[in-house]
Amino acid sequence: MSATPSTAFEIAAAVRAGSVRAIDVLEAHLGRIAARETDIHAFNLVTADEARAAATRIDDLVAAGRDPGPLAGVPIALKDNMCTRGVPTTCSSRILEGWKPPYDATVVSRLAAMGAVSVGKTNLDEFAMGSSTENSAFGVTLNPRDTSRVAGGSSGGSAAAVAAAFAPVSLGSDTGGSIRQPAALCGVVGVKPTYGTVSRYGLVAFASSLDQIGPFSADVRDSALILESISGHDPLDSTSIPQGPLDLVSVLDHDVKGMRIGRITDMPEGADPDVLGRLEAAFDALRAAGATIVDVELPSLKYGLTAYYLIAPAEASSNLARYDGVRYGRRVDAVDTNSMYMATRAAGFGDEVKRRIMLGTYALSAGYYDAYYGKALKVRRLISDDFARAYATADVLLTPTSPIPAFKVGEKADDPLSMYLCDIYTIPTNLAGHPAMSVPFGESRDGLPIGVQVMASTLGEQPMFKVASALERHMNSSGGRS
Amino acid sequence: MSPAEIVVAPNDGSYLIDGYELVCGLEVHVELATATKLFSASANRFGDEPNTHIDPVTLGLPGALPVLNRHAVELAMRIGLALNCTVQPSTFHRKNYFYPDMPKAYQISQYDQPINVDGWLELPGGKRIGVERAHLEEDTGKSTHVGGTGGRIHGSDHSLIDFNRAGVPLVEIVGRPDIASPDEAKQYVTELRQILVAVGASDAKMEEGSMRCDANVSVRKPGAPLGTRCEIKNVNSVRSLGRAIEYEARRQIALIEAGESIRQETRHWDETDGRTHTLRTKEDADDYRYFLEPDLVPLDPGTEWIEAVRAALPMLPRERRLRLSRATGAPADGEAVMVVVERGQDDYVLAVAESGADVARALVHVKEAYAEQGARPSVPAADLARMIVMETSGKLTSTQAKTVLAELVANGGGDAEVIAAAKGFEAMDVSALEAIVDDAIAAQPDAWAKYCAGEEKAMGALVGAIMKASKGKADGKAVTALLQSKRG
Repeated sequence: MSATPSTAFEIAAAVRAGSVRAIDVLEAHLGRIAARETDIHAFNLVTADEARAAATRIDDLVAAGRDPGPLAGVPIALKDNMCTRGVPTTCSSRILEGWKPPYDATVVSRLAAMGAVSVGKTNLDEFAMGSSTENSAFGVTLNPRDTSRVAGGSSGGSAAAVAAAFAPVSLGSDTGGSIRQPAALCGVVGVKPTYGTVSRYGLVAFASSLDQIGPFSADVRDSALILESISGHDPLDSTSIPQGPLDLVSVLDHDVKGMRIGRITDMPEGADPDVLGRLEAAFDALRAAGATIVDVELPSLKYGLTAYYLIAPAEASSNLARYDGVRYGRRVDAVDTNSMYMATRAAGFGDEVKRRIMLGTYALSAGYYDAYYGKALKVRRLISDDFARAYATADVLLTPTSPIPAFKVGEKADDPLSMYLCDIYTIPTNLAGHPAMSVPFGESRDGLPIGVQVMASTLGEQPMFKVASALERHMNSSGGRS
Repeated sequence: MSPAEIVVAPNDGSYLIDGYELVCGLEVHVELATATKLFSASANRFGDEPNTHIDPVTLGLPGALPVLNRHAVELAMRIGLALNCTVQPSTFHRKNYFYPDMPKAYQISQYDQPINVDGWLELPGGKRIGVERAHLEEDTGKSTHVGGTGGRIHGSDHSLIDFNRAGVPLVEIVGRPDIASPDEAKQYVTELRQILVAVGASDAKMEEGSMRCDANVSVRKPGAPLGTRCEIKNVNSVRSLGRAIEYEARRQIALIEAGESIRQETRHWDETDGRTHTLRTKEDADDYRYFLEPDLVPLDPGTEWIEAVRAALPMLPRERRLRLSRATGAPADGEAVMVVVERGQDDYVLAVAESGADVARALVHVKEAYAEQGARPSVPAADLARMIVMETSGKLTSTQAKTVLAELVANGGGDAEVIAAAKGFEAMDVSALEAIVDDAIAAQPDAWAKYCAGEEKAMGALVGAIMKASKGKADGKAVTALLQSKRG
């Protein structure tokens, strides 16, 4: 172990052992935030005072000979769509400005109970709708690897916070790729677990049947650690799978010998050659490690994006109908109640959110339901069937995470369709409810991070993490060159 | 559903207004008697300080998620099974519409896969009214519109919202349009109410809003296709239901007779002017954009649970009426049996009979004297039985029996013999009575002669004298019988 621990794993071990104080770990991170946050804008809110108080409590427990928990003193950043009691939760939307939830999300209370220290709420595309964090009402988050470029989205703030070492780990939410895509663009690990593995209680809903919380970290082990910590049944979320926490850290050192790695032969086209090159390198690395590469077909995959852009907005149009300015958040006064509702929503929501509310309302409307939403549900079923066939012959599937590396700020801001294409490889797993993660696997010719996506079947987190860990070992042993 | 697909029960033609048949179906919402709300742990309680039974789920706060109340599911199944429905695996949908007292801007309800389908309710006279479905859903909050007229939101100065009711579990019982008269509608609701109370699903009080009834009403000439229907809301009592349906039928008939057409619309019953008024027309109807509620999983109670609920169902009112009818000889849809079963006092009547009393007398006494008593009367069954035995053996006249019973009820029981003795109600044997009767005839020969000549009125003077002479202890019926037999 190094003298100054940097990963969550090392920090927790050192703090529990009493060899490092939580407050010192925290101050080191707050120092980096103070130095670079103005350039990055990873956070909507840094809760330094609350964090210091929490870190001091951890240190007091250690001093008193008590165990503060498996995440003792680990600084963590939370996407600003997770409810934090008494701490503003905005979803990067004007419409929730000033709202302080009266309750903690289940993930927030679980992390606190395990000794983690929240450092703040991270920026996102408004209500998690976007792939660049440019749709935030509070300004874009920039990529710590190249601040002329976006950090991805919608969990851009959480990805950037880890990439800039503002926190060793963070939480994001993933509805169509919102953890994996920014992880790939920022060069960090990001995991979308099996739907139902992590409680959604207290996660402000975008598209409830697709949303899932997951971790970001610099290495695979920290993501395994955090996912173990936040997974497990929650009686407050009816879609939560009735099972205990996942067991992941223990499988990381297993080799991949004999594992079957699926290559999708009819994968949607359009990825950058550098990205495809890194995917090939990943197949090579795994083959070299003893895995078998098998070809699989997923003919319905190409319809995933279309289906997603009917299902997700449909659910969003319902989930966001409650924001009327009456009970919480921002209100724009007007001559009468109906005008007040309209003025509030007109001023409170950004363009992308309005676009999706309209799309979703239309897709669910009488006379259009069967043609749009109903058909999208059928596609969703077909994609799940395709995956089921693929996973009969492969343990995991490998694809690019994002078709392109980080793009310039503003490059796609006025072209929603090209922005939507950023999620072409990530969306299908959300539709199927499967787990998938992005692992950094080298760089483009321009030196931008490239991620490889490892996908697995329902509750296939163990094989997924094994393969991700093998890819990471390969990168570490090759010095990041091949 | 298009009118062509709607099947209506055969109409026996006994109820016609100006040659028109009434076609009516009722939608009844009942609040379930659970301790907590349908999707959260807040208390389900009526009448408390506003906004005291709330939580993130009830208020629809961002991030809050519903968790289905198991007891509500059980009560919904009891209702379904009591209404002869099939209980089936079901799902929840979101019914999207905006209203200030509905904080999520959607209501979680059951749509194309309700928990209970295809049942019926049998009216006391035997006619079956179909039950299309009985599904679970959550209630909204309660708005109070201050200022303006009529308590409506339009034109009010401001509105107050109480979220205590938001999220309270409801079962909506959708009846088929098999009701052919206002009286059948009243019978349906009365019978339904008794069933709901009997199975412990709801207190079903229309006045408190724990049972709410909407009526779909249309009219047609016998044999003609179904007419356009109107839905009547804001009916707050069984009596109003009958009035509202009759008013609405007559309104529609008047329009048709005047050559006008009926607009499909929702109408508001106004208790004060006894009319229905347009609330909204079909064109204003919301597009609810139903879709499967992604925050809940499908509900499949499983055969074992369903059968356990079925096995634990109590005897239902209809069966109880038949049982009481068989025991007493009184008709099952007669007033005494109906009233006593509605009060839940039939078990008590049978217990009185088991204690050795005549069951028909027990039925009459309980019906007459127990209006203020609940399902568990305060007078021990054995005490009432002893009084009835005294009465049937001639130790008490029926008038005396009523007096003793009033005393028993007032005291919550007691020894009828002691009460009778204290009141000086002595046994009057037949020979003593006969002597008094003979004395009276001898004392009033004129009256006796008239009576013998067939002038029934003349009996009054004789009876009066006899009662006076017996100090009220003579049984009126026995006196009449004696006089008649002596007349020959």
